[in-house]
Parts: sequence; C-alpha cells; structure tokens
Amino acid sequence: MPTSLIEGDSLLAVDIGATTTRAVLFDVVEGAYRFVALGQSPSTVEAPFGDLGIGVCDAIEHIQTVTGRTFLGGDRRLIIPVQADGSGVDALVATVSAGPSIRTAVVGLLTDVSLESARRLAETTYTRVVETLDLNDRRRAEQQIDDLLRARPDMVILAGGTDGGATRSVQKMLEVVGLACYLMPPEKRPVILFAGNQSLTEDVEKLLKELTPALHFSPNIRPSLDTEDLDPATRELADLITVARRSQLGGLEELEAWTKGHILPTSYAMGRMVRFLSQMTGSSGGVLGVDIGASATTIAAGFQSNLNLHTYPQFGLGEELANLLHTIELEDVMRWLSLDIPQATVRDYIYQKALYPSILPATLEDQAIAQALGRQNLYMAMQAARRDFPTDAPGLLPYLPPFFELIVASGGILADAPSLGQSLLLLLDTIQPTGMTHFMLDRNNLLPILGVAAEQNSLLSTQVLFSGAFQELGTVISVVGEAGYGTPILRVRLTTENKNETRLEVKSGGLEMLPLESGQTAKLSLQPLHHADVGAGAGRARTLTVNGGALGVVFDARGRPLAFAPDAVRRRELMKKWLWTLGG
Amino acid sequence: MLAPVTHILALTTIVRERLLPVPGTVTAKPNQRVTANDMVAEAHWAREHVLIDVARTLGISNAAADKLIRCKVGDELAVNTLVATGRGLLPHEVRAPREGRVAAAGGGQVLLEVGDVNIQLRAGIPGVVTQVSAARGVTIQAAGSLIQGVWGNGRMEVGVMVNLMDKPDAVLEAGRLDMSLRGSVILGGCCRETAVLQAAAELPVRGLILSSLHPGLLTTALQMRYPIVVIDGLGLLPMNPLAFKLLTTSAKREVSVNAEAFNRYSGARPEVIIPLPVSQEPPLPNDMETFAPGQRVRLRAAPHRGAVATLENLRPGLSSLPNGLRAPCADVRTEAGEVLIIPLSNMEVVG
Repeated sequence: MPTSLIEGDSLLAVDIGATTTRAVLFDVVEGAYRFVALGQSPSTVEAPFGDLGIGVCDAIEHIQTVTGRTFLGGDRRLIIPVQADGSGVDALVATVSAGPSIRTAVVGLLTDVSLESARRLAETTYTRVVETLDLNDRRRAEQQIDDLLRARPDMVILAGGTDGGATRSVQKMLEVVGLACYLMPPEKRPVILFAGNQSLTEDVEKLLKELTPALHFSPNIRPSLDTEDLDPATRELADLITVARRSQLGGLEELEAWTKGHILPTSYAMGRMVRFLSQMTGSSGGVLGVDIGASATTIAAGFQSNLNLHTYPQFGLGEELANLLHTIELEDVMRWLSLDIPQATVRDYIYQKALYPSILPATLEDQAIAQALGRQNLYMAMQAARRDFPTDAPGLLPYLPPFFELIVASGGILADAPSLGQSLLLLLDTIQPTGMTHFMLDRNNLLPILGVAAEQNSLLSTQVLFSGAFQELGTVISVVGEAGYGTPILRVRLTTENKNETRLEVKSGGLEMLPLESGQTAKLSLQPLHHADVGAGAGRARTLTVNGGALGVVFDARGRPLAFAPDAVRRRELMKKWLWTLGG
Repeated sequence: MLAPVTHILALTTIVRERLLPVPGTVTAKPNQRVTANDMVAEAHWAREHVLIDVARTLGISNAAADKLIRCKVGDELAVNTLVATGRGLLPHEVRAPREGRVAAAGGGQVLLEVGDVNIQLRAGIPGVVTQVSAARGVTIQAAGSLIQGVWGNGRMEVGVMVNLMDKPDAVLEAGRLDMSLRGSVILGGCCRETAVLQAAAELPVRGLILSSLHPGLLTTALQMRYPIVVIDGLGLLPMNPLAFKLLTTSAKREVSVNAEAFNRYSGARPEVIIPLPVSQEPPLPNDMETFAPGQRVRLRAAPHRGAVATLENLRPGLSSLPNGLRAPCADVRTEAGEVLIIPLSNMEVVG
C-alpha cells in the first residue's frame, strides 16, 4: 500500500527531446509504484509546428491507446486530477532538452578562479559559451560592450568576488553587462544569474533588474578562493534555463501551468538521479550516467554525494553534427567503423543527419556510421568531462577514468541498437572503465524523468528505480596490464548460486564473456597474472560478488587506453570479433 | 504521424514576412505593389560604441561629473563637441572623440553610438504588401512557383534563370560559366569544385541553384556574395525529379533566389520563387501534414536518399529493417515502380 494518499497518486511524466517526445505513466501496482506505459511522438518544437504541446498531447494519446485510459479531454487539455470516472492523472512533470543551445556569456574576475567556475556552471546545462569577460581581459570597456552585443547572449552568468571580498572590480563588470543590456532591444535582452560576492546582491538588483527579463541569484559559486560550490547555482540555473526557453519554445508556458512548474532540463534531472544512486551505493566507486542525445551528450558522474555534471550540445547527434568536422578530422570517426565505408559516404551521412536529426540508419552502413559518430562524440564528451572529475576519486592510473561501480546509459543510438552487445561495446570502447563496473541501459529514458518526478513524489522514483525498469546489461571486469598481446593475464572462476563453476583464462588484448542471467548473482574469483590489475592493485587477486545481466559477466582485456590497430582491415576484423563475442 | 513538409509547387500563394533585425522605419504601405528589389524598410544601426569616462578624465566623483555633462540621450554629437568642462582656473575639457549619438549618459560616463550603418530591407519577391508591422517590416503576398531547398548561404537576389542542367544528375563544371551568363541566375546541378563557385563570382552571376553541394565547399559558399540555394542535400546528389521538372521548364523566367539559412525553429528555408501572373489567388501551401496514402514523399536517407516516391500504405506497429532496427514504416512506390519499406522518420511530404 502507498505510504500516503499523496504518494498513491498516479503520475504522468513527459520528456521533450530534440526529435522525440516521450510520455511515461507511473502508477501503483500491487502496492508499489511501477513504470506502466510509454507513449512516443515526434517532437513539435520546430517549425512549422512551433508548439511543443502538440507532441506532448500526441505522446499522451499514444499512452491512452496503449493503456485504454483517458488523460486528455475533448479539447486535448490534460485532465488533472483523476476524476470519479477514472479519467485523468494526479500530476504531470516534465523534462526538456529540445531547443537550440542557450547562448551564454560568462563573466568572472579571475580567469582560473571565478571565471572557470562560471564556465563549469554553464556546462551543467544546454549552453554554448559565446563570450567571456574577466579582469585579465585587455579589451576596452566599449569593446567588451560591442562584443557582448555581437554575441547576442540569451543568458549571462555573473560570478566573481569571494564572499566579503572584492566589490569594485565586480561592479566594473556589472556596468559593462548593464550597458550592453541597456543597448539591446528589450525583447532580446538576456536572462541573468548572479552567483558571485553575496554582499553585492543589492547593487546587482538595483543595476540590472530593469534591464533583464529575469534576474536570479544563487549563493556564491566561489565563496572563497579555494572553495567551489556549484550545487545551489546549478539548481537555480536549471530554473533560469526554463525561463530563457519560454521565448524559444512555443507551448512551454502552458506546459509549466500543467506541471505546476515541475519542469527541469533533462540533463539536470538526470544528474539528480545519478547523485542519488551514488549516495545509495555508498562505496568508493562512483556512478556514471551518460546520455547520447540529439540535442547534447550528457555526462553525470556521482562520487558519493558529489555530482559532476556536464552537458555538451556540441557533442549532440543532431544539428550540431554539421560543426563536428570543424573540430576533428573525418579519420577520427572512420577509426570506429566496423565496415569498410568510403570517406565520402561517411561525410555525406554526417551532413544529412545534421539537416534531418530524426532520420534513422536504415542500412548496415548507415548504422555503422551512426554508431561510429555516437562513439566519437561520447569519447570526446568523456575526455572533456574527465578534466573536472575530482582528483581524489579512486582509480587505477591518473590518465584513466576513475572507478565506476555503476554506469547507466541512455540515448537512441544505444537504446535502438539492434543488439545489446552493440550497446555495451559502444560504451566500453568510449568510456574505457577500469576495475569492476555494472552496466545498465535506460532504454526508455526514465532516469531524468525519475529525477523530476522525485520533486513530486520521492517514493515513486525510488521504487521505480529498483523495479527492473532498466535493462541490466551485465558486469564488466576491465583488466589492465603490460603483458604482450595474447599473453594470459587473468584467471577467472565464476561460481553461481547453485554451485555451478566456470573457469576462464583471459588473454591480453581479448574480450570474453561468461553467461550470468539478470537477477542472478555469482561469486567471482579473479587471479591476475603478469602484474595485471583488476582494480585491487597490480597482480592482486580479488573475490567479488557480481550481478548478472543480458550479457552476463564480460572481461575486457583490450588495454587502457584502448589502442587502435594501425591497419584498417585488422582494426575492422577486431571490432567484428569483439562484437561477435558479445552476441553480434 | 505528423509529417515534415517540403514545398515544391508549380503554382501557389506565397506569403513571406520581411523583418528588420533591429527596429527601424517601414517605408512600404499596406496594399502597395512591390518589385523584388524595392526597399520596404530601413534601419540605422550603430556598428560600435565609445565610452567617455568624464569622471575619471576630470578626476572627480561620478555625481559631480553628471552635473558637468552637457549632453543628453539622443543628442547627435560632431567630432570634438564639448561633452563636459571641469571647474577651476584652467578647466579640463572632455570632447567627443568621434561623431555619434548619445546612447546613455550617467554614472559619470557618456556612451556614444558611432559608425552608423544603414540597413535597407528589400521586398525579395514581387507582390503586394498585405501587412505592415510598425518599425519592423512587412508581409508580402505573391503568386508563383515555390521550390524549397535545404541549404542557403544567406544572400538574396533576383534575376533571369538560365538552365545548364540537361539531366537531374548533371554536374556543374566551371568551364560552362562563360561571359554570356553574367548577371543571370544559374540552374546548375551538383557542385563539387571550388572553381565553379569562384568562376560564378568572377562573372558575376546573380545566383546559383544547385541540386547538391560538396560539404567541403560550404565555407567557400558562405563567402560568396551571390545567393546559393541547394535543393536536395550536401554531397553528390541528383536533383529530385519534381524540382528538376519545375525549374528546367521555367528557364528564362525571372526568379527570386532567397538563400536564407535553414532555421529549424523559425521555419526559415532557402527557396526559389518564380512569380507567375494569375487571374485568381491560388491556394496556400499546407505547412502541416500527417502521413497518408497517396502523398508524394521524398526519401531522406540511404539507400534511396533524394528519391521521390508515392506513399502507398502505412504499416501498423513497428517494422523490421534489414539491419535489425524496428521503426514505424510505410510502403512507398518509387517512380521506377519499385516498392520499398521506409521508416516514416526517413521521409518528408512533398507538396
């Protein structure tokens, strides 16, 4: 039975992505909250529709068809709360990742201190930094004003000054921002977040309040020179993003009314759940959430209660692909291909996908290219995010990612892959974890939805999270060593609950799999050879209890960082072999 | 399921907004008949600003400086105009370093707008002004053929169209651009060499209409001062048969080439408009469609990218593709009579 009447309420959640809008119904089934049904529709944020509400209603109608229940009235308005005849729903929550990236100006005092923190703050959501100002800026004030005007920011993040510290220098920056806002047409003025010296809040309010459609304040992200605290500002920024989106996304204000304000940026909501999971695991290994979407690639890393959230619109698999080849070479994408495909075909696919982000890869070649792009973008996102991971997070070597006990992954390129092996291999190739990691696939993009639902009903989020709504891929043991290719580096003994024992010898450069079904646990004894490391130190044995999954227990001895065979034919052969190992 | 739409229409009513990027003056009047080159609105825009720090120059407080400043917001100042004079026996003077307009004054400072730029907004298509938005622009209505493209380099021009395409998969070579084509809009095929874009610039032409453009030429194409509209895609693609037929049969007509950049949020698309005389207003194009049998569709992904087909049947549920992917699909019949299973997300309605 639900613990309270409020927690017994049914809840609809919608996730509005760049290409797809999903509606998800949660309700109480046999005394606990369950994920009941999913409805999908193309997103309608873009022209000619220009109203996200059309896609939301279509997705809800899809759920109506699936469940036979009624949530929309004759006028396509949501019925809230549940009526006597059983129609309607008690609450609606939403996450949004659709829309162009928010053009953001970042202002701080010291380049490596407050400006860097402000940049990290901007990176927690769907922003593109188009201008930066700080004390080291050599431009004259009028040049800074002109550059701000040319940058046309949708949002300004103001930081700088430790609490009780510098005020005059911050005020100088405020004047520049204020004058630039004053010169902009009122309908084009940016929203502003002030996250600097708290003694200046009155001055900021006096100077900027009339010059912006929304002025928000958060505690100082740099209260002292050696302390960074992004959390409160990240929450405030999530709210401000929704305000900034109002002028970009038709129908958002009506959705805000339907949800009673329970709307969050998808990446923030996902980060919230990753933090929760990392608190739940409570061990020294972190929890990693990755989402490869059309609008952005998001990396959320939780280390105990600390969240490291990065949202990269530039690594999205949608319209931003058109800019991909400005920053990397085509060869960087080609190296991930498991098929022999001409460069021109790959290049054409990239530009066509940028023009039409919703297209699906309908041929084997297009699918290989789509997965290669997913690999390259996730790889770049991981490389970028790792720079901000805490230096004290436990790991094998400084140049490798820290240990992640759990990785939860989502995104169409993973969820729609023809086999789970393809999804897992994509994640292993790009994240390149070390030690022991359990992998889960969030096929229905539930993680961010649970993140926003937690605001309404925390019990629902917890119960659904552990109800089997996520696809268990399996547990991966990554072994790192210096031994030559083909040399045995790990002896494995897997003992299941019914005492079945399997032994395996893993060779350097290889990828192996032992079956262990979802829901089963087993005892795993690992004996590294030739000073190989499975996360306990070079050559040190480990005995672990592991959870199964669709792909059982996987042993990845391909090396870290993953080295590519220089010969393309050999490289493609290896990729096919690895995929074959994981079931094709 | 909702369907994306691309317009390739022989005769339709075309309604287009022409708006200034900044507030200005609208010169066109409601119901006024305009040609494509007529100016309909103009605005003045300051290229840059100059900040005169009176307080700092005179070494006084902001409040004291404010009392000495002699200009106010909106004043036009010539170069060397006195902005403020200090006090004392030998008072310092603060003068305007450049000619400009006072944008703000206060806090001991004066902000000047300098480097005035005049923006003239042209009609772009011949038609009738149906609506005037104060200080912003106009809405113009015209009748004619409409062919929407997928990529444009942001320019707009009007000219007589000369056809250099003999088949849909024609490739435009630089050698074909001779002096006789100067001032024309060229209907070419696929462009895969920088030399073609440069030769067109040297003539110069008034526009290039291409079936496709090599992605490696995008940066160069953006730098060209004449409009370039790509109809079918980036890469090496033939022109779709509907656009090919409509454009090639309209050769020697005056066309408006609006190479506006594709903006998925505003709905702006590059397009070619061929104005036609009509006795009565043709219907407006349908911007919103749902997939239905009988529709002409253009296929957007391999292996039939760019082909035009007829939608025959919407398949229930999800269908399996050869690569194992499952998606909502439709049966379509190509012009060659072949029936294909295509994911709905890989096609758009043409009409």
